[in-house]
Amino acid sequence: MISLAQTYFIEVMTIILYCLLIFVPLLLGVVMALYADRKIWAAVQKRRGPNVVGPYGLFQVPADGLKFIFKEIILPDGSDKTVFLIAPIITLALSITAWAVVPVQAGVVLANINVGILYIFAISSLGVYGILMAGWSSNSKYPFFGALRSAAQMVSYEVSIGFVIITVLLCVGSLNLTEIVMAQKTMWFFIPLFPMFIVFFISALAETNRPPFDLPEAESELVAGYQTEYSGMPFVLFMFGEYINILLMCAMTTILFLGGWLPPIDIYPLNAVPGFVWFLLKVTFVFYLFAMVKAFVPRYRYDQLMRLGWKVFLPLSLFAVVATSSILFFFNLAPGM
Amino acid sequence: MKIINFLKSFLLIDFLKAFYLAQKYFFRKKATINYPFEKGKLSPRFRGEHALRRYPSGEERCIGCKLCEAVCPAQAITIETQPRDDGTRRTLRYDIDMVKCIYCGLCEESCPVDAIVQGPNFEFTTETRKELYYTKEKLLENGDRWETVIAENLEADAKYR
Repeated sequence: MISLAQTYFIEVMTIILYCLLIFVPLLLGVVMALYADRKIWAAVQKRRGPNVVGPYGLFQVPADGLKFIFKEIILPDGSDKTVFLIAPIITLALSITAWAVVPVQAGVVLANINVGILYIFAISSLGVYGILMAGWSSNSKYPFFGALRSAAQMVSYEVSIGFVIITVLLCVGSLNLTEIVMAQKTMWFFIPLFPMFIVFFISALAETNRPPFDLPEAESELVAGYQTEYSGMPFVLFMFGEYINILLMCAMTTILFLGGWLPPIDIYPLNAVPGFVWFLLKVTFVFYLFAMVKAFVPRYRYDQLMRLGWKVFLPLSLFAVVATSSILFFFNLAPGM
Repeated sequence: MKIINFLKSFLLIDFLKAFYLAQKYFFRKKATINYPFEKGKLSPRFRGEHALRRYPSGEERCIGCKLCEAVCPAQAITIETQPRDDGTRRTLRYDIDMVKCIYCGLCEESCPVDAIVQGPNFEFTTETRKELYYTKEKLLENGDRWETVIAENLEADAKYR
């Protein structure tokens, strides 16, 4: 006879195990992403990148992480210390939380909820709070301006991301991420929705504060933006949060447009490969594009950034929503009709 | 013209061109070297760490004329001289403050007996500032250690001097 306490214990342990199953590969992924980012950037500039610590410099990122952990955490005198320390925790926690609904293979997902995409959208919108809190609590002008810029930028681009997601949802008829992937069995969505794919990709760059939209961290004007006053472990938390967000956006691009874990063609040697391998390959490819963009595109001016978000992407994605729904309606293609 | 520009930016032509270029450079030969393991080629005229040379007999070259001390624009060199027992003038102290030194090479140029030279070594970082105040012993030791290379370099550069 299993008592109630035992059932609870088993339940909690399973949940913790699942969390670790998400968290550990994610940390590894972030380490690899940071390494790849630096290597790709270096390669485009004809440099070698990290190559001393460990084989091919693979241990450079863990070494950097260790260095940060042992560094002193500096709390600025005029800062609001509680908020100052909570901000990076919020950023990291939110970015990890969003991964709970990302399916890496058919059925392999922590929480297969039926409003997965809405959940991710909500969580990534909350991410701006971490940045705002960091900027405000630092009580210093550069972090404050960085946070303001970042908030404005993320809010603006979330609008067009939302519309892009709606166009995809119109073609799927479900908010469940697994079903979104399964709907791409015949054709990956980036083919019929190619302009939206581009809009999503660029908005994802802006959403994650990646170059060319890294205005919140524009070092030539804002030192390091909202991270200026951070050091040691809180800085690492910010860094990790940022990169987990980037990976999340890569995964979202994969799920929404590149067919998630589906093989390119559904024939024997390709569909024998386990789904998560395809998923990983696609995420890696999208991250490669992210890193390449960082390497060759100059930073946008702030007004150009806003113009692109509000005057180009918003009308474009709005038009796409109308166009997609009309086409689906008139040709009787809409799912569930 | 306006329409063409519009289409150009709308179809991300510049972006694609840049991507192609970046991709091309991605596979180019690296411009940098694997520094601590590989080293770049140094000119024989390279002005690195200082050294005081000796004659093949083992006698130190420096005669304490103080020309280098006089010419040094950073006033990094301090010399004290005294006649030795055999009546020749030798240096008592020959100190170079490597922190002050600007590595201009004027001391080497001014030296009438090729005693003070700047060798090819540029990896002499230290953990304390004190270690960078070179004394005569340190400089002579440097000279003994690098003599072969220094002699080769002076030989190679001699015809241009």
